[in-house]
Amino acid sequence: MSEILIFAEIEENELHSTSGELIAAGRKMADSTDNSVSAALIGGNQKLASELITLGADKVYLADDDTLREGIAEVYIAALHKICLEVEPIVIITSKSPIGRTVGPRIAYRLGTGIAQDCTDVSLDNTSKRVTVTRPVYGGNAMAKFTFADKNPQVMTMRLKAFEPAVPESERSGEIIEFNISIDQSEIKSKLVETVKQESEGVRLEDASVIIGMGRGLGGPEPFSQLEDLAKVFNGAVGASRAVCDAGWLDHSYQIGLTGKTVTPDVYITVGISGASQHMAGCSASKNIVAINKDGDANIFKEASFGVVGDWEKILPAFTETARELLDS
Amino acid sequence: MSLNIIVCAKQVMDPETPISAFSVDEEAKRVVPAQGIPPVVNGFCENAVEAALKIKEAEGDATITVISVGNDFVMDVMKKPLSMGADQMVLVQDPATEKLDALGTATVLAKAIEKIGGADIVICGQQASDWDNAHVPLGISEMLGMACLSEARSIDVGDGSVTVASSRPDGYEVFEASLPCLITVNNEIGEPRYPTLRGIMQASRKTPETWTLNDLNISESDVSPVLTLSELFIPVSDRQCEIIEGEDEADSGRLLALKLREEKII
Ligand SMILES: Cc1cc2nc3c(=O)[nH]c(=O)nc-3n(C[C@H](O)[C@H](O)[C@H](O)COP(=O)(O)OP(=O)(O)OC[C@H]3O[C@@H](n4cnc5c(N)ncnc54)[C@H](O)[C@@H]3O)c2cc1C
Ligand SMILES: Nc1ncnc2c1ncn2[C@@H]1O[C@H](COP(=O)(O)O)[C@@H](O)[C@H]1O
Repeated sequence: MSEILIFAEIEENELHSTSGELIAAGRKMADSTDNSVSAALIGGNQKLASELITLGADKVYLADDDTLREGIAEVYIAALHKICLEVEPIVIITSKSPIGRTVGPRIAYRLGTGIAQDCTDVSLDNTSKRVTVTRPVYGGNAMAKFTFADKNPQVMTMRLKAFEPAVPESERSGEIIEFNISIDQSEIKSKLVETVKQESEGVRLEDASVIIGMGRGLGGPEPFSQLEDLAKVFNGAVGASRAVCDAGWLDHSYQIGLTGKTVTPDVYITVGISGASQHMAGCSASKNIVAINKDGDANIFKEASFGVVGDWEKILPAFTETARELLDS
Repeated sequence: MSLNIIVCAKQVMDPETPISAFSVDEEAKRVVPAQGIPPVVNGFCENAVEAALKIKEAEGDATITVISVGNDFVMDVMKKPLSMGADQMVLVQDPATEKLDALGTATVLAKAIEKIGGADIVICGQQASDWDNAHVPLGISEMLGMACLSEARSIDVGDGSVTVASSRPDGYEVFEASLPCLITVNNEIGEPRYPTLRGIMQASRKTPETWTLNDLNISESDVSPVLTLSELFIPVSDRQCEIIEGEDEADSGRLLALKLREEKII
């Protein structure tokens, strides 16, 4: 029996929201092939280790030395490397979070093997023990399937929210194995000097069930307040295309897309957004997409379920007013 | 002390190619270049050139060498970093590079950097808009044993060290590392400058040095792919859009809200 190892991240003393997603991806491969799922929990504790077991891990490698708590990718890579050399997993999975998308590739290269980044699906063949991943390429214009050649471990990072998180089962049992790892400062080449949070007020984009998307078609930063008014009607949030952020109309923390945030609201209402594949990469899993755009041929209408073709300046005020009336009544 | 900066830049299909012109040869498992749309220097690689030029302006004494690995280079396209102000260029041009995966590409780039004599700072784009790997630079840093600071939105070079602000979903993190160091950048570092006429003239007089894999002592078996492409296809959206039309645009807006309510979407 071989091990599928997931890298479980910790955020503010809790398991990172992606842990359940990674375990679900791992279980999909393990259950169809009679392999097991292990989790590397670096800088964690017994409580979080038990949580990973209830989520579906068969084994947890727990390393909880003080030198591991700095929260920087390089420390995790050094520790994970030591775990991998001993455990020899056939598969390593990390998430495409800011930490995971550094840890995954660098652990792969450090082990001299290959990595597939930003996967939306994975499967493990029972006889060949080779993984095939599905991942968007060319900004999401195409999908590719890649199969790993005969070299282990096979390393992949999962697109955020690509898998439904595993549901905790309190009666599940598993093994917690403590790993004594301490990291010597000489192994670490970079130092975290400062963390600056620039969170916007109100509902977080990632948590919002309604998002209003601001595009270049709005012509400038001023219409933002109108979009905010609309967002408030739904207790939602405003996001934006990269064009809007690059133009300096909004900060980059508003950016949705391939190189911005991944959002999955119940409804995503885009205003003046053309629907480039790189933008859709961050929002196409929204339950409903609504488009307001003056160009009827814009790609956004291929992704939306409802839309109006026309000038946002005339459409939006009436839309906002009606929505407010409907929700108030 | 003169600073040696190497920028890795890739030639890619123009990502602004209209979706209607984007096509895939499923049999050959490759994207068919759209007729009449020339390739470009990958956007984040242009940001990397810009970042290097800013460092050079701040430091005074620096040499910027651009490296690219590929085949079928379009010289007018690839010379853009030179016309922006980079000093020299090395092209690793070899038909065998067509078969490289990311691990192979990182191996070739690392060898090329070594052959140039290493660098104080290697600057790469965060990701290339063809395969969206976003990890070749991380591989280079591992192979060369360099510090690696990724997703930089600003870079400050100090005495033998570098400070970088890395973009995070809600803000940024400031990291410090000693040189030599590899840095990846994205669009937040700032718009790449337009080449000036003088820059274009100067670039036209420069001839990039060209190496093959043989010149780097790399045999094909050293870079045999670990990941093989088994399928490539264009995803089909199953969404059908219902266009709401009222008497005028305001009326459409009103009807849209009513429709969304009726469908229990809002
Ligand atoms: C590697 C890479 C990564 C990228 N990552 C991202 C990313 O994370 N997120 C992202 O968003 N983009 C990303 N992009 C950029 C992406 O390709 C597009 O350029 C961008 O999404 C376009 O933004 P937009 O739709 O706001 O602007 P445009 O494409 O210019 O669209 C504006 C739209 O507004 C409409 N319009 C104009 N006036 C009006 C009006 N009065 N009323 C109604 N409609 C109007 C127009 O018809 C048009 O459809 C990336 C690109 C690359 C190469
Ligand atoms: N063939 C190549 N030639 C030069 N640089 C490359 C090449 N492939 C990748 N890179 C560098 O690595 C960055 C990220 O690319 P990737 O990992 O392929 O998404 C690019 O922006 C370049 O800086």
